[in-house]
Amino acid sequence: MSSHRTPGIAAGRLPDQTLAQNFADYPPPLDAHEAAVAADRCYFCHDAPCITACPTEIDIPMFIRQISTGTADAAAMTIWDQNILGGMCARVCPVEQLCEGACVREAAEGKPVEIGRLQRYATDHAMDRGQPYTRAAPTGHRIAVVGAGPSGLAAAHRLARHGHDVTIFDARPKAGGLNEYGIATYKTTQDFARREVEWLLDIGGITVEAGKALGRDISLDGLRADFDAVFLGMGLAGVNALRASGEAHEGVMDAVDFIAALRQAPDRAQVAIGRDVVVIGGGMTAVDAAVQARLLGAENVTMVYRRSRDRMSASQHEQDHATTTGVKIITNAMPKAVHGNGQVSEIEFEYTAEGPDGLRGTGETFSLRADQVFKAIGQMIEGVPEGLRLEGGKIVVDDNRRTSLPGVWAGGDCATGGEDLTVTAVAHGRDAAEDIHRMLAARAG
Amino acid sequence: MANLATDFIGIRSPNPFWLASAPPTDKEYNVRRAYEAGWGGVVWKTLGTDPPVVNVNGPRYGVMYAGDRQVMALNNIELITDRPLDVNLREIKAVKRDWPDRALVISLMVPCDEESWKEILHRIEDTGADGVELNFGCPHGMAERGMGSAVGQVPEYIEMVTRWVKQHSRMPCIVKLTPNVTDIRPAAEAARRGGADAVSLINTVNSITGVNLDTFSPEPSIDGKGTHGGLCGPAVKPIALHMVAEIARNPATVGLPISGIGGVTTWRDAAEFLALGAGNVQACTVAMTYGFKVVQELISGLSQYLDEKGIDSVGDLVGRATPNVTDWQYLNLNYVTKAVIDQDLCIKCGRCYAACEDTSHQAISMSADRVFEVMDDECVACNICVNVCPVEDCITMVELEKGTVDPRTGLVVGDYANWTTHPNNPSAREAAE
Repeated sequence: MSSHRTPGIAAGRLPDQTLAQNFADYPPPLDAHEAAVAADRCYFCHDAPCITACPTEIDIPMFIRQISTGTADAAAMTIWDQNILGGMCARVCPVEQLCEGACVREAAEGKPVEIGRLQRYATDHAMDRGQPYTRAAPTGHRIAVVGAGPSGLAAAHRLARHGHDVTIFDARPKAGGLNEYGIATYKTTQDFARREVEWLLDIGGITVEAGKALGRDISLDGLRADFDAVFLGMGLAGVNALRASGEAHEGVMDAVDFIAALRQAPDRAQVAIGRDVVVIGGGMTAVDAAVQARLLGAENVTMVYRRSRDRMSASQHEQDHATTTGVKIITNAMPKAVHGNGQVSEIEFEYTAEGPDGLRGTGETFSLRADQVFKAIGQMIEGVPEGLRLEGGKIVVDDNRRTSLPGVWAGGDCATGGEDLTVTAVAHGRDAAEDIHRMLAARAG
Repeated sequence: MANLATDFIGIRSPNPFWLASAPPTDKEYNVRRAYEAGWGGVVWKTLGTDPPVVNVNGPRYGVMYAGDRQVMALNNIELITDRPLDVNLREIKAVKRDWPDRALVISLMVPCDEESWKEILHRIEDTGADGVELNFGCPHGMAERGMGSAVGQVPEYIEMVTRWVKQHSRMPCIVKLTPNVTDIRPAAEAARRGGADAVSLINTVNSITGVNLDTFSPEPSIDGKGTHGGLCGPAVKPIALHMVAEIARNPATVGLPISGIGGVTTWRDAAEFLALGAGNVQACTVAMTYGFKVVQELISGLSQYLDEKGIDSVGDLVGRATPNVTDWQYLNLNYVTKAVIDQDLCIKCGRCYAACEDTSHQAISMSADRVFEVMDDECVACNICVNVCPVEDCITMVELEKGTVDPRTGLVVGDYANWTTHPNNPSAREAAE
């Protein structure tokens, strides 16, 4: 059996039991008593700041009050009315930057109400009771949704509720998008992403066509011809390049691919990881990759970010989680060259400084041993159909999430508006669905 | 350090904190441990005639919670002691012998005839107890048998029984009153007429603490049925304070010593009872919630408070607030205050805004960035914003100085004036004509 110190890239660095512990539910769910105590801390604020801070504007004080009065199922409905993927968002939202960051008890005591964990408590309980929504009378309208990620699923569910028939096309073999492929394993244990998708689809009226990629198997023109409306929520398929020499060395890979492979692995002991792992980037993807590399047994994991710590898009909470797990974070350094003999063995960095004309290298360099290099320096849109206006690498949409093409809406990471977060994507999908519904109703009327 | 020792109608105790007649004082084991923990005195759980009563064998307490299951009130359907009289008497004697410096008062409840009272008073004579407390308060179980609150609700009975007790015993006599009356004063007056040395109040408030929404039984439930019980604990304190104050300021009962009971949970509660005129306090729910040790906080807290105020003894605190209890008609209508929000302390929860906007006088503004400000021209000084604010002292009521103009009414703040002379008062108009 291999260990922390086994050279190169190796599987099974940790015993099964340790791996199971490392990838257990984090943070663990609240039990009924913990939920009651946590819920009692909510002040039921007027026009609460936590609601404003939530991209889906969940009525948080109301659902917490419903938990505290013993009606978690009603609480879940309050959540799902605004955010049908409230279960996943409870697990993956950077709550310290959103609802919990805005909580008045954060201001009062530096300890917010545990909104995320309470949301999980409510949705977990109510999900066991099955899909609570029913469809309106069939309208006969057919809508195509491209991408079975958070925005597409949210759009599809809302459209199905309104009685429309929805077909979702997704390039991957499984629905769920980043929920299924892009989120750290310990954040969504027990196959939660799949279970949530199945629960969501139970509303009926939604067909998922997996393995169908836009531009390869289907075209936007074809969808526009065959459907009454099209929603694009295919996310960002491309990964930015390092812009450092030697990027083609074996062992240099996209962090999202590592995360996806780990998520889909039937046995984590079979997932190979380097002894020395370097992750480049400062976002949540970088943290997810770095933390999980450690959890798999990598001896040295270093996250390197080109700007200062406070510019990292990973939240303080995420950064702390990384360092607690044993990840070393180096800031103000950019990759210069990847070295190795076919297989990467070392990566060279140059320190950076912020100047009036942007970031520049200082000339001072250092090298890190690396068996694996994970790139997590942002993703980009790929294969955008003709005719869609783009801005800053995103499909431009208006307030109603309409694109520049009639009959085409867009949301999630591929479109403009808000941060690239699951919860933002859900809001986009929901709002686009409402606009599509309004448009179709007006046309029918 | 302030002297906490008290002399209540000749009964000395090292501090004013007594355990009320209740389950914690039912037997020697508990009372010894209470004394060891520091309680200044106990009123032994009510003795009755043999054969002893029996209690239910299902739950005898109900509860009312605040957030985080904080006990706000207990309700009980327990009766007086269910142990034989001679067992209780033997234990009382033994405890008192070992703890001579602590107060030990015996609570009594026997049928409403002179012979029964004469008999029980004779039986307790040589226990060495410091006094008796007549239980005219229990609202459940015993009341239906013509005792407890059935006596306390009829002033004539209170007077009659008190007179018997004073006639057949030389012990100091405290009459424990029930709050289950519309006006507490006639009961206290009757006790005084009967010769009581003191009154103690309140006994428990008649109540049902809840209903089980699955079985539709009142709580506590005995085989699917429930009955009214006596409520005690923090929730009843306001009722008790009011009744204590009424007796303390009633000309017919002024000077009648009062033992204050009802929701004493912290030293602060105790100090409030004392300030309103109680000579000592009795507690129970706090001990039933946290155990006997809690008395140490009552002792240290009251000591610190008295020291900080430069008050030498408990006796010097007693009644300090009594003169300030008045009738509504004498309140100063020219006392004008306005709510002021300390923006540095504000955590922007907006509860003040919701309360004012939805339920009061629309006198708080809210900006887009959640700054809440009081509009003096709308604020009637109702205080609801202070009450619902989660942060202590974030919102305070500030008095307008005499001579300034109240922006709400446009009137100059004048000298003291009350309703009795107000032009809108029909009686005042008649008097003027």
